[in-house]
Amino acid sequence: MHEMAIAESLLGIVLDESGRHGITRVNRIQLQVGALAAVVPAALTFCFELISRDTIVADAVLAIEMVAVVVRCPECKERFEVDNQFYVCPRCGPIPAGLDLTSGRELTLLSIEGESGDEDESSESPCGEEYPRGQ
Amino acid sequence: MSQVKVPVVRNILEANERLAKANRTIFDQAGIFAVNLMSSPGAGKTSLLEKTIDGLGDRYRIAVIEGDIQSSYDAERIQRKGVQAVQINTDGACHLDGGMVLEAIEALDLDGLDLLVIENVGNLVCPAEFNLGEHHKVMILSVAEGDDKPLKYPLMFQTSSVLLVNKIDLLPYVDCDLEKIRQRAGQLNPRQQIFEVSCRGGAGLDAWYAWLETEIARVRVNRG
Ligand SMILES: Nc1nc2c(ncn2[C@@H]2O[C@H](COP(=O)(O)OP(=O)(O)OP(=O)(O)O)[C@@H](O)[C@H]2O)c(=O)[nH]1
Ligand SMILES: [Mg+2]
Ligand SMILES: [Zn+2]
Repeated sequence: MHEMAIAESLLGIVLDESGRHGITRVNRIQLQVGALAAVVPAALTFCFELISRDTIVADAVLAIEMVAVVVRCPECKERFEVDNQFYVCPRCGPIPAGLDLTSGRELTLLSIEGESGDEDESSESPCGEEYPRGQ
Repeated sequence: MSQVKVPVVRNILEANERLAKANRTIFDQAGIFAVNLMSSPGAGKTSLLEKTIDGLGDRYRIAVIEGDIQSSYDAERIQRKGVQAVQINTDGACHLDGGMVLEAIEALDLDGLDLLVIENVGNLVCPAEFNLGEHHKVMILSVAEGDDKPLKYPLMFQTSSVLLVNKIDLLPYVDCDLEKIRQRAGQLNPRQQIFEVSCRGGAGLDAWYAWLETEIARVRVNRG
């Protein structure tokens, strides 16, 4: 239900980064969403399409990588994936306290792919890796 | 024209985090203890506020920000108690965010304020993701909602410092095992304090008031 707010924040950041890196058309956006964020990928995609329609991001692909909830057992330090929110260590059994969450809360933009209108600017960009068109 | 791939690792909600930080600075500088009160619709947020005003209102200056999708009904309930209340209508959004709260703060008289409670929109999912600048998140679960809620809404339980289990006067009529709530909430958040209360009869509320008083005192030392 909070997908619209997330989509709006995401679009703001994508437009900001595109401007900075001279991207004039965005084709693909890669992001990570932790399972604890309770985001429905289809709803996020729908909201994002709706609000990006009249921008350089229109029709870009949202590549959403869902990240499982992983915690570390405070006893044996083993990392394990949480299934159905039952915190049971495969070695020590049910964990009463002291969970150490190592993933699952991500709401992170990872990369933007697109076309850069100005070659100079894109090669100048410190973190942009460039490759020939039509790959 | 060339194809570029720009790696950017940025928190999607960073804009909200910035606004939340700005709010927090305002609270800290004014020495106001700020609580983000969350629950599902009808669990008893406004009822708890009314009780809290009755319990602490003669010793502390309290203000309330009411978040609702529509209507100013809850804000009016608070104002009838003689306490400052500002209504935020979220215009459809299912949660409050830092920007909405910043606007509401500007409409409040902060002078001499001890406690600010922000009643979030009734929803167990979305509000958990948006910091408002509060010192603590406090959540209410009413016994009528069932003891499985920690399993279904883990983020809310994980991020709340306090869990008020409300409507314990209804325990004889509902299938809800308090021990299961304690155990499941404890697994998600072992540091969480749990108070079992009834906003109807008033049972258990003294422990909640005591917690508030401790926190109010802790933040008030900042006041110039
Ligand atoms: N039996 C009983 N009823 C309660 C208790 N606390 C609140 N209620 C009732 O529960 C209903 C909802 O309470 P509110 O305080 O309006 O709940 P809320 O969380 O503010 O609701 P929204 O703002 O709509 O999300 C009201 O009819 C209250 O009288 C309680 O401890 N016991
Ligand atoms: Mg209410
Ligand atoms: Zn273990």
